[in-house]
Amino acid sequence: MEWETVIGLEIHAQLATRSKIFSGAPTAYGAEPNTQACAVDLGLPGVLPVLNREAVRMAVKFGLAIGAEISPVSVFARKNYFYPDLPKGYQISQYDLPVVARGQLGINVDGKELTIGVTRAHLEEDAGKSLHEDFHGYSGIDLNRAGTPLLEIVSEPDLRSAKEAVAYMKKLHALVRYLEICDGNMQEGSFRCDANVSIRPKGQEKFGTRAEIKNLNSFRFVEKAINYEIERQIEILESGGQVIQETRLYDSVKDETRSMRSKEEANDYRYFPDPDLLPLEISNGFIEEVKATLPELPDAKRDRFKDQYGLSDYDAEVLTATREVADYFESVVKDSGCDPKLCANWVMGELAAALNKAGLEIEQSPVKPDRLAGLILRISDKTISGNTAKPVFASMWESNDDADTIIEKQDLKQITDTGAIEAIIDEIIAANPEQLAQYRSGKDKLFGFFVGQAMKATQGKANPAQLNELLKQKLQ
Amino acid sequence: MHHKTIAELATGLERKEFSSLELTRACLERITRLDTRLNCFVTVTEETALAQAQAADERIARGAASALTGVPIAQKDIFCTKGVRTSCGSRMLDNFISPYDASVVERFNAAGAVMLGKLNMDEFAMGSSNETSFYGPVKNPWNTSTVPGGSSGGSAASIAARLTPGATGTDTGGSIRQPAAFCGITGIKPTYGRVSRWGMIAFASSLDQAGPMARTAEDCAIMLQAMAGFDERDSTCVDRPVPDYRAALGNSLEGLRIGLPTEFFGEGLDPAIASLIQDAVDEYKRLGATVKEISLPNMHLSAPAYYVVAPAECSSNLARFDGVRFGHRCENPADLADLYTRSRGEGFGAEVKRRILIGTYALSAGYYDAYYLKAQKIRRLISEDFRRAFEEVDVIMGPTAPSVAFEFGAKSADPIAMYLSDIYTIAVNLAGLPGMSVPVGFSNGLPVGMQIIGSYFSEDRLLNVAHRYQQATDWHTRAPAGIAD
Amino acid sequence: MSLSAAEVNKIAWLARLAIDGDKAEAYARDLSQILGFVEQLGSVDTSQVPPMAHPLDEAQRLRPDTATEADQRSLFQAHAPLVEAGLYLVPKVIE
Repeated sequence: MEWETVIGLEIHAQLATRSKIFSGAPTAYGAEPNTQACAVDLGLPGVLPVLNREAVRMAVKFGLAIGAEISPVSVFARKNYFYPDLPKGYQISQYDLPVVARGQLGINVDGKELTIGVTRAHLEEDAGKSLHEDFHGYSGIDLNRAGTPLLEIVSEPDLRSAKEAVAYMKKLHALVRYLEICDGNMQEGSFRCDANVSIRPKGQEKFGTRAEIKNLNSFRFVEKAINYEIERQIEILESGGQVIQETRLYDSVKDETRSMRSKEEANDYRYFPDPDLLPLEISNGFIEEVKATLPELPDAKRDRFKDQYGLSDYDAEVLTATREVADYFESVVKDSGCDPKLCANWVMGELAAALNKAGLEIEQSPVKPDRLAGLILRISDKTISGNTAKPVFASMWESNDDADTIIEKQDLKQITDTGAIEAIIDEIIAANPEQLAQYRSGKDKLFGFFVGQAMKATQGKANPAQLNELLKQKLQ
Repeated sequence: MHHKTIAELATGLERKEFSSLELTRACLERITRLDTRLNCFVTVTEETALAQAQAADERIARGAASALTGVPIAQKDIFCTKGVRTSCGSRMLDNFISPYDASVVERFNAAGAVMLGKLNMDEFAMGSSNETSFYGPVKNPWNTSTVPGGSSGGSAASIAARLTPGATGTDTGGSIRQPAAFCGITGIKPTYGRVSRWGMIAFASSLDQAGPMARTAEDCAIMLQAMAGFDERDSTCVDRPVPDYRAALGNSLEGLRIGLPTEFFGEGLDPAIASLIQDAVDEYKRLGATVKEISLPNMHLSAPAYYVVAPAECSSNLARFDGVRFGHRCENPADLADLYTRSRGEGFGAEVKRRILIGTYALSAGYYDAYYLKAQKIRRLISEDFRRAFEEVDVIMGPTAPSVAFEFGAKSADPIAMYLSDIYTIAVNLAGLPGMSVPVGFSNGLPVGMQIIGSYFSEDRLLNVAHRYQQATDWHTRAPAGIAD
Repeated sequence: MSLSAAEVNKIAWLARLAIDGDKAEAYARDLSQILGFVEQLGSVDTSQVPPMAHPLDEAQRLRPDTATEADQRSLFQAHAPLVEAGLYLVPKVIE
């Protein structure tokens, strides 16, 4: 039988606020355990929540960016369950009235444009962490993360493969960073994903029973966990079994998903409106205010790059994948004033390779846009050739010198003086009468030999185009 | 000195007739001597009280006193007090030393009041007789074989016994008004949102409200003045100016329109109480008021709605007591489930458990619509009844409770009978309105309270209405013999 | 509406409350009685009535995004049941 996969993602993006969603405790990552958990975060008797304006603003910003509806009234609800990392015994979340509803996101998979529905995005508080290293048979609870604002972004079950799921997740990841509402740091758990996976016979309308895979914190794990889960479900169904609806955990070491029985028994969450919080009302004025702060979004930027810079679809896509790359590229174009295609080649080629090798993000690049622009300018004005530029770039990576200094120091300037080049050619011709004779008798291939000799004599600095032209004349 | 009201004590302190230290010592001495019989106090904070009194005397000497500077009061043990045990009447918090002060406590501290200690109460404010306290019941000073009412029973009894001139209370379904009535004192539950709930241990968040309890309306006005006002830490606290309550006390009642709801005088009301309420209403007529019969047609649904909404919220509010970060933790838990179930099973008493169970059930899958949602809708109907009534009248009057204080054990075996002792007060919490109780006489030697209900944020009017009555009568000056002579 | 002791035990587990075996019956009786009392709510048609979650018709206030709370861990943990290395300890959490 042919199977079709149905995937919906729930993505939790930690909002990059300074303080927590319902308290004034700081949100910085990596502090000593429980030093950033205030009375409210600890759920001490008598404490009360007050909503952080910035968290609301960020949620609205996200909603606007995906063309969603911003609810004029939304409600915070309590999700009740007992867990040691959940201090109050309930999580403040949004249930039937989320702040953002019905948006969409376009993704491109293998050249195919797909539109993925975003059912809703709601605000909620993060839980703390259970540390499982052994404290003589006990687990340790750190509540620093408790109360960190989360935007939970729930997709429609519109994704049909692990590849699509990853493309969607990457697109969202880029978007929240474009919007500057989430730092996107997946290692620290700022951006994580639960995947609902089911399969059904191709052509069947009814959804199959789904399993929810919890807490996937890298693109690679999302892909591997989903693919593992698809295989697992196919195997069950093809051997006549039934998939059970359950929560599963992905084990990246064993590359498998396994049932999380401990989460299963208490799934009656008894949601009800949180009586400590009033309905969240969002006015048109507030929405307009946020709208004015929206940056250019990835898709719009990609289209503009194609129009304004004459870039190909592929180049425009790559250069707008993150806001940092796009900003870098645009700075280089602006600072150098050179052909955008040449700039694009350098950003996507030499620079990207060096960053990749060093394991750095573009914003951490030792070569800033102004220095790269200086180098590209010298290629463009023929001071150096493209080939010579590569070692210059390597020197720039290792030092703080600009391109001109390096070209000067290493004496790499191109020879563009016709007289000088002619003199060198004359010398070479005189020294190689045999080859000259062969060439003139029709052995065209020997042209390369003369180019090589001339380049050797000028240490590669002769302007290649000029050299070709002059050689052709002299050899006739 | 112990017969003086807060207003009189403030005058005496200002005129240096006595110092706060002397006054505080006198109160502490009475507590030591008499409270063994009454059990009003869970904790007496003698040392800090004396330090506060001394500071108050210095402040008075500097001429920087407020109306409460140097005046002793006591806090219901539901308010968090930094460095002092805050038990909420529960074994669960028997070892809980609060690391912070409730907003109400901060405000009394800022006013220079002296805190004598923490007052006994029904466990987590769930009860109408004070019999659910982990620390044993408070006794009614008028007759120590009867209950003081609840949940603010320690507050009401300590005031009636003249152990303290004033105390704080909280009222979720009648917990200020009913004990005030049973103990023959005056108490007001303000409009929901008038007083900050920060640091007040939550029972039912959408119903809980703190208020003052004292002997007179004037004293309640002085205390409420200090307690009321905006607090940015409580999302449900209303940002609205606080009127000068004391300034309005003497306003004329000429033309005051009083509404008497038929539903308050039906079956179940002790006829002696009905008759005393009628006498009080007649007194109001003499003061220039007009009286009109009105109807609150959904009144009979208030107790059923309350016993869904309050337990539902309580079941969630009390989930934080899990033995992990504070409070009672069972010995040697076998595993996580054991830690939770046993810590909570041991820490909570029977009535609290009953309400947690009811609330958990009412919110659980398949029952939410039939119970919780339905109760929220009934709540709307009840609040609409009041809204219509206040189009015709300025205040509503009726009994605070259907009976006078009952004997210990009389209702503790029957939860419904106990719940019905709040039958007249509950609707006010569901609607979020202000309500108060004032003494209007005695039946069988036990005090009777009359409830006065006003429209939203009409505390100034309620206090005025109560004060003018107390100017014309002396029920509020009566003290229980043998204890408060 | 009548609850059995078994149902009480189920609810008690959801609420993480240990109920002594011999008390479940008594709770079942009390809870059934309370639920019976509450059943009066069903006597009114509320299909057109919007639920009321709050007494006052106000909107949520928003707090400026500033970190105002300093570290008070030692104060908060001074009376905590069991802490080590700044962590609250609980019997091993198994996922």
